[in-house]
Amino acid sequence: MTAQPASSAFQVHATDNVATLLGEAAAGAPLAIIGPAQPTQLAARENISLGHKVALVAIPEGAPIVKFGVVIGIATRPIEPGEWVHLHNCRSQLDERSGHFDLHTGEPGDSAYA
Amino acid sequence: MPDPTPSRVWTGYLRPDGRKGIRNHLLVIYTVECASFVAQEIAKDEPDTHVIGFPGCYDNDYAIRLMLALATHPNIGGVLAVGLGCEYTQPHRIAEAVRASGRPAESFFIQEHGGTRTSISHGKAQLASLRTRAAESAIKVPMTWADLTIGAECGGSDGTSGLAGNPVVGRAFDNLIDRGGSASFEEVVEMIGLRDLMISRAASPQAAQQLGATYDKMLNYCKAVRQYSVSPGNFAGGLTTIEEKSMGAFAKGGSRPIQGVIRVSERPPHPGLWLLDSVPDEHFMQFGYTNPNDTEGIMDLIAAGAQIVLFITGRGSVIGSAIAPLIKVTGNARTYRNMSEDMDFDASRVLSGELTMDAAAAELLDLIADVASGQPSKPERLGHREFFLMYKHQDVPSLEAGCRA
Repeated sequence: MTAQPASSAFQVHATDNVATLLGEAAAGAPLAIIGPAQPTQLAARENISLGHKVALVAIPEGAPIVKFGVVIGIATRPIEPGEWVHLHNCRSQLDERSGHFDLHTGEPGDSAYA
Repeated sequence: MPDPTPSRVWTGYLRPDGRKGIRNHLLVIYTVECASFVAQEIAKDEPDTHVIGFPGCYDNDYAIRLMLALATHPNIGGVLAVGLGCEYTQPHRIAEAVRASGRPAESFFIQEHGGTRTSISHGKAQLASLRTRAAESAIKVPMTWADLTIGAECGGSDGTSGLAGNPVVGRAFDNLIDRGGSASFEEVVEMIGLRDLMISRAASPQAAQQLGATYDKMLNYCKAVRQYSVSPGNFAGGLTTIEEKSMGAFAKGGSRPIQGVIRVSERPPHPGLWLLDSVPDEHFMQFGYTNPNDTEGIMDLIAAGAQIVLFITGRGSVIGSAIAPLIKVTGNARTYRNMSEDMDFDASRVLSGELTMDAAAAELLDLIADVASGQPSKPERLGHREFFLMYKHQDVPSLEAGCRA
C-alpha cells in the first residue's frame, strides 16, 4: 500500500456501494477510490469529512446501503454517486431513534429537556 | 509477518491462584457511596493505591462478584474494604474472601472509628501495613506472552475505528493467541446483525451454541429497552447506524476461533480468544442498561483477568482505568495529533500507507510488552484510574464467590 493523497476513500468489500473517506473531500474534487475492487475515481458532490461515507453508485430509495459486505442501513431517498451517505439519506433497520439525530453534530432531537 | 519480539520476557508477580500480575497495586474498596469520600481520601497521595466501590446501600450479587474478581485480580497485592456501617454489602466479608485468595486484607466500618478524619488516619495506617505485607508476599517471576490476558474495548468510535484501530488490535490479538496468550472482547450490543459471522468463528459446537444464545439475548434486550449502543459522537464521526458500527467493533476480535462466552467476573477457562457477555439477563430485561459507558465495559474485562486493556477510540477519549493499565489506540491521525498526551498508539498509519497491518500489530504487541514490563501507559502516567459500577442482574450458574450469607 502506498501513501494516499487526502482525497481518497476506502472501499472495504468489493460489494460495498459506499466508501469511507481517509481525509477531507471538497465538493467537486476528484476522489480516488481504493480497496479490493479496481481503483476508480469519483467526484465528490459535496464536502465530506474523514471517516464519513461517499456513495460509489446510484442507490435508489429503499435499497440497502452496503459496507464491509453487509447491509448497514436503508436509503431513505435516492442517492447519487459522489453524494455523502449519512443520517439524512440512510436509516438503521433496527434503531428507532435513527432519523432523529442532527446531521452534523449527531445531537439527538427527540429528547425532552422540559 | 514481522515478528513482535517473541522472546520478550519481563518480571511479574506470581499470585497463589497461579496467575501473574504486571503491577502490585493496593486497592481500597468502599461498600456504599456514604463511605466513598473517606475511601478516596485514604488513597490520596498513595501512588500505588486505587479505589473501587459500589454506591448502592442495597446489595447486588453481580456487583459483589465483580468487586471480588477485581480484589483478587493478579495486579492487586492487598485490599482495604471500608464501609459506613449501615449498608448491606459487608466489608469484612470482602476482606475474608481476599485473604482466602492469599492476599493481605483489612476492613472497617467508619461508624466504629469516629468521623471523617479519624477514619482516614485509621485507613492510612492500615494501608501502610498492607503495603509492607503485599511487598513481602509478592513473588517475582519471569512472565511472557502466554501469561497475559489482554482485553479490548472501543469507545468514541468513528469511521476510522472499523478501518484501522479495531483491525490493528484484532491482528495483535491473533499474534498474542498464536503465542499462547488469552484475549477477551465484549460489547455484544455492538454485534447487531452479526449472528452468523459470530457463529462461524466458534471453536466448538458448544461455543457456537453459546454465541448464538448470547446474540439472541442481546437482540431481545436491545429491542425491549429500545436502546442501541451508538452515540451522537459516533454519528458526528461518520458512523450512520448501529449496524455499521457493529461490523467495525467486531474487527477488534481478530480472526482466531472464539473459545466460548464468559460472563462478568468469570475468567477464561483456557487460553485463546473469548467473548465476554455483559448484557443483563432476560428476566431482568426491564432493569438497567447494558453498557452505560466505556469504563463499565473496561472493568468487566479487567474482572475477567485482563492485566492490560486496549481501548480503541477514533474520536479520542481521556479515560484510564483502575487496576489494569489502559493503552489507548486511535485510527484517526487528527485525534492522535490533538490528544498526543493521551494516545498511546497511532493506528492511522495503516490508512496513510506508512505501516502494513502486520507491522502495526507487531509494534502494538511490543508496546504491550513495554507496559507489562513496568513502563506506564499514557493514562497511567497522567494519573487516570477511572472506575464505574452500577446495579445489574446477571446470574452466573456456579456462584462460588458471593458475599451474602
